[in-house]
Amino acid sequence: MSKKIITNAWSRRDMLKASAATAAITGAPLFFSRHAYGADFLNNPGDSGVVTLGFNVPQSGAYADEGADELRAYKLAVKHLNGEGDGGMMNTMQPSELKGNGILGKKVEYVTGDTQTKSDAARASAKRMIEKDGVVMVTGGSSSGVAIAVQGLCQDAGIIFMSGLTHSNDTTGKDKKANGFRHFFNAYMSGAALGPVLEKNYGNDRRTYHLTADYTWGWTQEESIIASTEAIGWTTVEKVKTPVGAGDFSQYITPVLNSGADTLILNHYGKDMINSLTQAIQFGLKDKQVNGKNFEIVVPLYSRLMAQGAGENVKGIFGSTNWHWSLSDAGSQAFVKSFGQEYGFPPSQAAHTCYVQTLLYADACERAGTFEPCQVVSALEGHKFDGLGNGATEYRAGDHQCFKDVLVVKGKENPSSQFDLLEVVEVTPRAQVEYPVDHPMFAGGDLGSCNNGA
Amino acid sequence: MKNTSATSDWILFIAFAAAVLTMPIWLAPFGANYPDLMQKFAIFGVFAIGFNILFGLTGYLSFGHAAFLGVGSYTAVWSFKLLTMNVLPAVVFSIVVAGAFAFLIGFISLRRSGIYFSILTLAFAQMSYNLAYSVLTPITNGETGLQLSLSDARVLDAAVGVSTGRSLPSTSLFGIKMSGLPGFYFCAVALIIGFFIALRITRSPFGTMLRGIKSNQTRMSYTGLNTRPYLIWAFVISGMYAGLAGSLLAVTDPLAGAERMQWTASGEVVLMTILGGAGTLLGPVLGAALIKYFENIFSAFNDVTLNQAFDALPDGLQGFVVELVSLFVGDGWHLTLGLLFMITVIFLPGGIMEGMRRIGGLFTRKKPQPASSTTSAVADPS
Repeated sequence: MSKKIITNAWSRRDMLKASAATAAITGAPLFFSRHAYGADFLNNPGDSGVVTLGFNVPQSGAYADEGADELRAYKLAVKHLNGEGDGGMMNTMQPSELKGNGILGKKVEYVTGDTQTKSDAARASAKRMIEKDGVVMVTGGSSSGVAIAVQGLCQDAGIIFMSGLTHSNDTTGKDKKANGFRHFFNAYMSGAALGPVLEKNYGNDRRTYHLTADYTWGWTQEESIIASTEAIGWTTVEKVKTPVGAGDFSQYITPVLNSGADTLILNHYGKDMINSLTQAIQFGLKDKQVNGKNFEIVVPLYSRLMAQGAGENVKGIFGSTNWHWSLSDAGSQAFVKSFGQEYGFPPSQAAHTCYVQTLLYADACERAGTFEPCQVVSALEGHKFDGLGNGATEYRAGDHQCFKDVLVVKGKENPSSQFDLLEVVEVTPRAQVEYPVDHPMFAGGDLGSCNNGA
Repeated sequence: MKNTSATSDWILFIAFAAAVLTMPIWLAPFGANYPDLMQKFAIFGVFAIGFNILFGLTGYLSFGHAAFLGVGSYTAVWSFKLLTMNVLPAVVFSIVVAGAFAFLIGFISLRRSGIYFSILTLAFAQMSYNLAYSVLTPITNGETGLQLSLSDARVLDAAVGVSTGRSLPSTSLFGIKMSGLPGFYFCAVALIIGFFIALRITRSPFGTMLRGIKSNQTRMSYTGLNTRPYLIWAFVISGMYAGLAGSLLAVTDPLAGAERMQWTASGEVVLMTILGGAGTLLGPVLGAALIKYFENIFSAFNDVTLNQAFDALPDGLQGFVVELVSLFVGDGWHLTLGLLFMITVIFLPGGIMEGMRRIGGLFTRKKPQPASSTTSAVADPS
């Protein structure tokens, strides 16, 4: 007879068997439920009467003001899509398949998340939306670093990403993705639009000093602005990188005074721009004379929210913007009216681009007849539309970037209200800000192929 | 006596392993059984267990452990970029590099004890954070974070002839993709192994020596014992745990950002350990899970969810309650966490584990239990 050692303890083999069995049992329900719909794409709403969108915006950090306004716009867009309220830009959008009965007859619901203006937190929150809440589309972001990180995540997961406010060239350049789309303009366009205006106002002989937010957006904006200012004969004295959310910029502004530069370019956004501009004015830069010229400050990317934060200090300072509420076209008017009725003040450019992105996504689903990401991608690629506040616009198929006119603005000398802070100096036509897909500032990326996630 | 404690350790270990592996089932009622959150539970569980080996056993409070987490993440992502998308080399490299880094920092910081040690580690962590954020940007890619790109070398993958085509490759363990549920099981296995090692360390003579340092370091020195090597080893081991946690973060999501090294991240692991119960084996894991649960679930509540939750109340009252509760959820989740932390520290200095022991004590009052629960909470590890 074989000798058996009788013991109560678990043998190694028993342990292995038990753990394998536990793993199989626990894993099985999820394994099956993942394909329970017989879905041909991730988070297919199937026969359900509702469809969920994910709004991932910064609710804390340097860009929290923009995030709050973005969320207001998203809520308004959901209302309009579901046929509540006055419909806003749904009435002016051309062409439009939207009927005010949700998307493809399904009521639109939404979940929100806080990106904290950090890539990690933004991805965690987007993952929760995709894995737990079953969203078909993620949108938002008020920092290009975050937008790029979440866009990459959505590409891997197989979800459409409609970026909100992101201005870095890389979002639709080096880091472009097939599942990601950007309506907002970019740093290159800002540079191309600002160049001629700066030349007209400040001449051909200026020495510039750059303070730049130290991440993808700051880097590409600095590169773009330098390219267009050097093209009009200006020289670049110094480029200094500053951390995002620094709060106090005085240590970066003091050296500007002795650098021999006569123009300060602030590649900052959100609260950073409010702080750096306010401190630059407090240090008396605007009152100085250098090289026999008045010292000037330029803020390439402007927004009304920032102008409001910086108050008096924005007077006479040039910048560019994607959209401004004082525009008189029918789309802008309709949007400002319904946003104002809802919240009591005009929307910012961040709110505008987010609202538009939601409508464009909904319309693309209607045209495709499905929520399937790859079909939505083909519906959006090369899509031409009008009536959304920027005039005729095209989603270029080659890089998923919208091409449209760009506004050059200036801080108003005599504002008539607390919102009337910027005046539009020039509307730069699309042709002047357009560039080929393989432009050196946008090279090195690949859209890849679209991902359905299943 | 020794035998019974060994048996109860095995029971503890098996129960722990079973609880971790069945997370997808029993977390369902809490709305937390989605892969990303369960991965976070496991990963920060590893981080907190490792931190507890230093803080719970020796009493040395490090305020810079996030530095090792960050180093682990960066190492793992570089391993994905340069060598292969297989996760095993990444994990091994991360542990080794984080351990070496911990040795370096520990060697200097452990010359001091108490608050001076805490400040030294905090200073080192802030230095690492600033280096990663704005100085070593070619290695860390600064604020944007280190990410995979199509043009990465991936020498080993290329040698085997694995081509990724036009889309970015995903991390894998010999062909099993490390995202979603498989990723969770990988982290869960790491957590179980980490728990087992921590259990053995706590029960070993080495662990006893560490507890000796905690209760009275001077006495240890007077017996002719040089305590520094023990402290350095404890520091390095807990740094390796942090490196493992960092690499797991990169395994489940191949991206590393400097904010992982910030002092808030270092503070978070201290919170986790104290909330759960410092010096206990299970406590840090519970604390980590609780904080991550708050961060992910509470922060996602918005007005709509609240209105649905309080729909049964009359209109005026509903508005008031929603208004009141919304202060503590959404972007106000830190407020809830702060309150919870204060309540724990004031009423349950031994953390959740002490609370559980007190509840347990209510039912076993008949048995003679000489040691008062307050003093045993910190000293008794289980």
